Parts: sequence; structure tokens; C-alpha cells
Amino acid sequence: MKTGPAALTQTRRVRLVRSDAVQRLLAFGALILIIVVFSLASPNFLQFDNVVGILLATTVTGVLALGVTFVIITGGIDLSIGTVMTLSAVMTAIFLTEWHLPIPLGIVAGLATGALAGLVNGVFIAKLKIPSFIATLGMLNVAKGLALVISGLKPIYFNDTPAFNQAAMGSVVSAVVPGLDVPNIVLVFFGAAILASLVLSKTILGRYTFALGSNEEAARLSGVSVDGWKMAVYTLAGLFSGLAGVLIGARLNSAQPSLGQGYELDAIAAAVIGGTSLSGGEGTILGTVIGAFIISTLTNGLRIMSVPQEWQTVVTGGIVIIAVYLDIVRRRRQA
Amino acid sequence: MPEPVGDLLVEMDGVSKDFPGVHALRACRFELRRGEIHALVGENGAGKSTLMKILAGVYRMDAGRIRLKGADADIASPRAAQQLGISIIHQELSLMPHLSAAQNIFIGREPRGRIPFFIDERRLNEQARTLFSSLNLKVDPQAKVGKLTVAQQQMVEIAKALSYNAEVVIMDEPTATLTETEIDELFRIIRKLRENGVGVVHISHRLEELKRISDRVTVMRDGQYIATVDTKDASIERIISMMVGRTIYEGAAEIPETANPEVVLDVRALNRGRMVRDVNFTLRRGEILGLAGLVGAGRTEVARAVFGADRPDSGTILVHGQVAHIHSPADAVRLGIGYLSEDRKRYGLAIGMDVESNIVLATLRRFADAIGRVDFRRTRATAEQRVHRLDIRTPSIRQKVRNLSGGNQQKVVIAKWLTADTEILIFDEPTRGIDVGAKSEIYHLLNDLARQGKAIIMISSELPEILRMSHRIVVMCEGRIRGELSGAEATQEKIMTYATMRTTAIGPQTAA
Repeated sequence: MKTGPAALTQTRRVRLVRSDAVQRLLAFGALILIIVVFSLASPNFLQFDNVVGILLATTVTGVLALGVTFVIITGGIDLSIGTVMTLSAVMTAIFLTEWHLPIPLGIVAGLATGALAGLVNGVFIAKLKIPSFIATLGMLNVAKGLALVISGLKPIYFNDTPAFNQAAMGSVVSAVVPGLDVPNIVLVFFGAAILASLVLSKTILGRYTFALGSNEEAARLSGVSVDGWKMAVYTLAGLFSGLAGVLIGARLNSAQPSLGQGYELDAIAAAVIGGTSLSGGEGTILGTVIGAFIISTLTNGLRIMSVPQEWQTVVTGGIVIIAVYLDIVRRRRQA
Repeated sequence: MPEPVGDLLVEMDGVSKDFPGVHALRACRFELRRGEIHALVGENGAGKSTLMKILAGVYRMDAGRIRLKGADADIASPRAAQQLGISIIHQELSLMPHLSAAQNIFIGREPRGRIPFFIDERRLNEQARTLFSSLNLKVDPQAKVGKLTVAQQQMVEIAKALSYNAEVVIMDEPTATLTETEIDELFRIIRKLRENGVGVVHISHRLEELKRISDRVTVMRDGQYIATVDTKDASIERIISMMVGRTIYEGAAEIPETANPEVVLDVRALNRGRMVRDVNFTLRRGEILGLAGLVGAGRTEVARAVFGADRPDSGTILVHGQVAHIHSPADAVRLGIGYLSEDRKRYGLAIGMDVESNIVLATLRRFADAIGRVDFRRTRATAEQRVHRLDIRTPSIRQKVRNLSGGNQQKVVIAKWLTADTEILIFDEPTRGIDVGAKSEIYHLLNDLARQGKAIIMISSELPEILRMSHRIVVMCEGRIRGELSGAEATQEKIMTYATMRTTAIGPQTAA
């Protein structure tokens, strides 16, 4: 009987589907488990207000994680997303509070600041061949310093433009379904996630993101303009940082120049927990969203159970290590 | 049999190429007809791949000319070659394992959807499916390439090459890692290309394979064109003699036969994957054992298994008559076995550290006291002594190893193992990347070590080197030992005959 390549391909494909799904199911299962455990442990956990709290807490880290997912899939890393977010928030504040420009212009300023920082990262990494870890570590400090200088070390409050905060924290949903007060910025996060997912899976940019992380040289030999697309990926990550800056500014009704560093690690952790491979070539937006929820739900639950904040940090750190280890085990078994 | 001139796809003439220190190609010729499978053969380093990389735009030639379908052509880049209808399938596959077969084939040329930047995935898969079915290929276009077998990956590469409407397809050792049935499948595809009028260049070491597939054979040696013959008129023996024709270095081994009977290493029925199959050999004190074979024959894999770098599936290793349990390189070092990798920069040296640090690297504990303080006076003295004895040319023992020549880097590695009191030294391609003058120094050093009673295994792809240095020669092919020759009886022809002996040629072997 001729059981040639055809039969082989079939069995292999079945296994492939299974192994890829396993990682995402694992993360999703973990999220469900966390929710079940905390809701049994504390009656307050599933209260509507607390759920909204979790959603809000996921929003900013989640948006950052969307962008960094692209970067990690290319095999790179972006450590600057947290402080670039801060710088973007400060720029929005300058536009709105100092210069009294219309709110849409302030939002554009925030987004543009993020994208520009990302583009600079991209140029250093793609053109000057500086390792992404170093280039973005530099940008982390540059953005942090600029945010402090521009804001004059003080928080800038959006007191003149109350509409900014209202637009973010108001609820379009409750207008449709009375009582369901889900803030608008949560919707922005989900919208951004859907957009990111489409870009990653359906567009040229997404395809080359995977190609870069899988085998950059092969992509180059096939005529893909590797440098250009790499810059585009870092610019996109910067754009998401800008969006996160606008969102955090609107939510806190202020630009806090000393807030931001540390967010990048949560965002990277979210992507990695969601199955994005630090060695590149693998990752999904859905996984990253689940990863972001795992972190925020865990933090929230531990707080409800009165676990001290220091211990919360220990737990989330441990989760990241376990997630990476599981990924390595899975990969080793495949090889 | 005269062919009409219009059937010539490629004519290369007078092609020369120098790399620093090497004449890679000297006035080479090559021609390829439409609908022909043309085998290109030669020893390792004969210049086959270089010649084809020039045709594929990977390298630029220093002199010579190329005509495509009768017109002069300038092939400036891989892209230009593709546009001229020339595709090359490299020895190392250049696919993206995380992308699907279809995505790999059309990378950089994705069919677009109606919305800008969006990919029409359905059309992409459809085009791949059409391509595969035109080749009778049973590969799922949506399967991730990393999950395909090596053979299927090769098919994807071929399909990709053809999707550029290639008229010339160059395959660099496509069968090196394939099994028998996979090779049959590959040959079916190659024959189909021939029917469609494509000219196929097939680079291979496996000579009996050429009899099956090729129409003509071109033989190269030492960067020079030797001859082109019709395959049906040429015997394998004749092709081998054309490949090894030179006698420049040949002659008796420089070292006298040692009669020392003491066996220091005895490897029995060693198995690991496909590259190490039922390997048996012994190594005596004061002996240089040449491990010959073509690239990919499994020699390095045997060395790594003996050294504990890879875990064998089965087999026994005896060191000084005692069964040795070698589970890691650290175990091997304790038993007095040292491995000098062919890739010194990656595995043999801490390239950014100085000579002294490298020499004592494997034995630093011996120079330290109970709480780990290193006695740098002693490390310095030891390093000075080694540098002097091995005549390592370096301005000082503080020099970074990176700044030394290849030959002196190799000596630093040797010094490191000697410091570790190593009795058994495995040299993997010890003279690769080393210039001719330094080579003979390394040879002298190996002879000295053997005379001092060290037991040496030398892996080399250069037959003259093997012939010149070895007391005994073991020849491998496809992970098996195909023959053993004494230094006196060995010739290049005999080694090549064993080295190209594939399973089908000699029938199945039973494990001992």
C-alpha cells in the first residue's frame, strides 16, 4: 500500500492543530481556574464593580501587550513601551492643558509621539543593527527623562477638559443596556485587540512579522524588504504605546510623569503567558489578551484576599517563569 | 550526439573566483541544455557550490562570462537570477518553519485582497495547490513547513523555485539528508521537470545516484573544470578517478607505524539516530586514526557521541579496557578525552578572552584553593610554558584569542586539552580555515603528540590530509563504517569507493 507523503501530512496536521491549541487552551484554562478559585474564596470577587475593576486594570497593560506581541514575534523585544506610554500621555496633556487645543488633536499628539518613538527604535534596530534589547533600553530612559523634563516633574491634570475623562470613563454600553456600566476605554481595548488580530493574521505586515521571526535570511533572499518591515513593526508597537498613553491619561484624568516604568514587563509577561515565543515566529493576539487578563485577574484576586502587594508581585513573577518553562517543555517535546 | 545550439540554456566560460587566500575557481566551464539533468561532481572543496552560486547571483565572478540562451548575461543578485529564470535550492534549506507551505512559496509576492495590505489567503492557497498538483506533489499547502519532513520541505523549495517560472533549477546536494523512498520521490519530480524542458543541475556526492538520474556529468577538481561526459558512457570508477586525479600530496604517512598494542579506546556497537549506526572501532596509544568520509557521513556525530556531547541510543565505550559511562563532556574530560571541534569559534574557544584564560579554562579548579581563589602566578606559568612548547605565535599570553591566526587559535585549543592531561584527542577538521603554512605545523604537532603516546582521532574531509597523517583509516558513509584501511594500503580511490558506498549498493547490514 502506498502510504506516502499524503498520509504523513494528514497525521502531522492533526498533531499540529492539537499542539498549537494546547498552549492557548492551557492559558485559557488557567484563567478560568483563577476565576473559579477566587470566586469561591471571596464573594466580592465576581461583584460587578470588581469585574469592571479587572477590565480597567487590563486595559492599559493589554494595549501595550498588543504592540509588543508583534515585536516579540519578530524575535525582538521592546522595553521602552512603558515609558513611551508616559511620554505620550504627557504630550497629550501639553496639547490639551498648556496649549488648549481640541481633544482630538491631543489624542493625535499622543499617538504620534508613541509612533515616532517606535520609529526611532526601528531605525536604530533595523538600520544601525543595534540589538533590540539595548536600543529599546536606551529609549526607555530617553522617554522617561523627556516625560519628566516636559512635565516639569509634576503631574498635569486635565481639569480644563473634563470631556476627555468623561469620554473614557463614560459608558456607551449602559446607554444600550441600562445598568451595564462598562467604561468606554474597555471597548477601546477590545477594538484595538480585534484590529491587531486582523493585522497580524490577515495583512502583509502580519505575515512579514512572522517571517522575520521565523527565518529573517530566508525572507531577505525571497526579496522581502526586511529592514523596512522591521521598522514598521516597531512603529506599530510605538503607536500602541501612544494609545496606551492616551488611555491612561484619560482614565487618571492626569498625566503622571513618574508612572510607566514596569508596565513593559507586565505587557511582555502577558504576551509570553499567552504563548508568544521569545525566540520568535509564534504568537497570537488572542493569547496575549488572555495573558493580560491572567495577570490582572490574579493581581486583583490576591488583593481581594488581602495578600500584601509585595507577595502579589512574587506570584505574578512566578507565573511568568512557569509559563515560559511550559513553553520550553512543549517545544522540546515537539522537536 | 550533436545538439542544436538553441537548446543551450546556460554557457559558463572562463569563470574564476578568488576568496581571500584561495583560488576557489580557475577558468571553469559549464553548460546546461534544455530538458537535461546535469550532475556536477567533485570532492569537498572542488568548487561545485561556488560555481553554481555564481550562476545564481549569490557570488560575483572575478573573470569569465555567462551566456543565457545565447545572450550575454550579468547576474548581479539572487533577485536578478530569479528574474532570469534561475533558481537555486541551497544545501541548508531557506524556508520559514513557522509559516505554511503556501505562505513560504509566495513570501514577498502574496496575492492581495480588495482592502489594501490585506492578503487574499484563499487565492494564495489555491495557487499553491495548483502548483503542487502540477508536480503531483502531495503536500498540504496549509501545513506549517516546520512540521513537514525534510523531503517534503525540499519539495516545497522546489515548488517555490518553479513558481518563479524557473528554466534553470540548481540543487545543491538535495539528497544528503533524505531516505531511499524520499529520494525516489525527489527523482520523480526532477524527471518531471526535465519533461517540461527545465534544465536541472544536480550537485551530489553520491555517485551511483548520478547513474540513475543524470544525462551528463561534469567533474570538477581543485577549482578547475576536468571533463563533461555522457552519464551512460562513464563508469563510476572512471568518474572517481577523474575526481581524485591529483597525486600532489600523496605518499607514505610521515610517521612510522607504532607497534604499541595498548588499546585506549574501544567503541562497540554505538548507535545514535540516523547518523551513527552500529559503529565499532578501536584506538591505540600513540596512534593517529583517520576518520574519513564525505560531509554528512556521520563522523562528527560519532565524535560527539563518544565525547558525551550527544547521548547515544545504545552501545558501549571502553576507556583503557574499563566500561566508561560518559553522559556529558565533563565525564569525558575526567576520563581523559578531549574534543577539538571543527567550529573553534563556537565550541572550542572563548574568543573574547586572552590566551592564558583559554589555556587554563578546562582546569581552572586545579589552580584554585579551597575557597575558589585562583593562583594566577601558576596559571601564568602554565600558559607561558604551553605557549613556548607549542610555539604559539602571540605577542603575549594576554592577547585576546580573537586576534590570533587560525593556526594559532587551533594551537591554543590543543594547549587547553594538554593542560587537562588529555590522553585521547579527537580532532574534527583540524586544519579547516587554516592556511597552508600553518597546516604543516599542525601536522607536525599531531605527529609529536602521537609520538608522546597520545591517542588521536582525526576527522578530515581532505583525503590527502587523511592519507598523509593516519596510521589507520576508518571510512564512514551514511552513519556506518564502510571499511578500514591501513595507512600503507590506503589510496584516494579506495577511500572514495567506501565513502560513496550506500546501503543499496552493498545490501543490508545486521547489527552486531
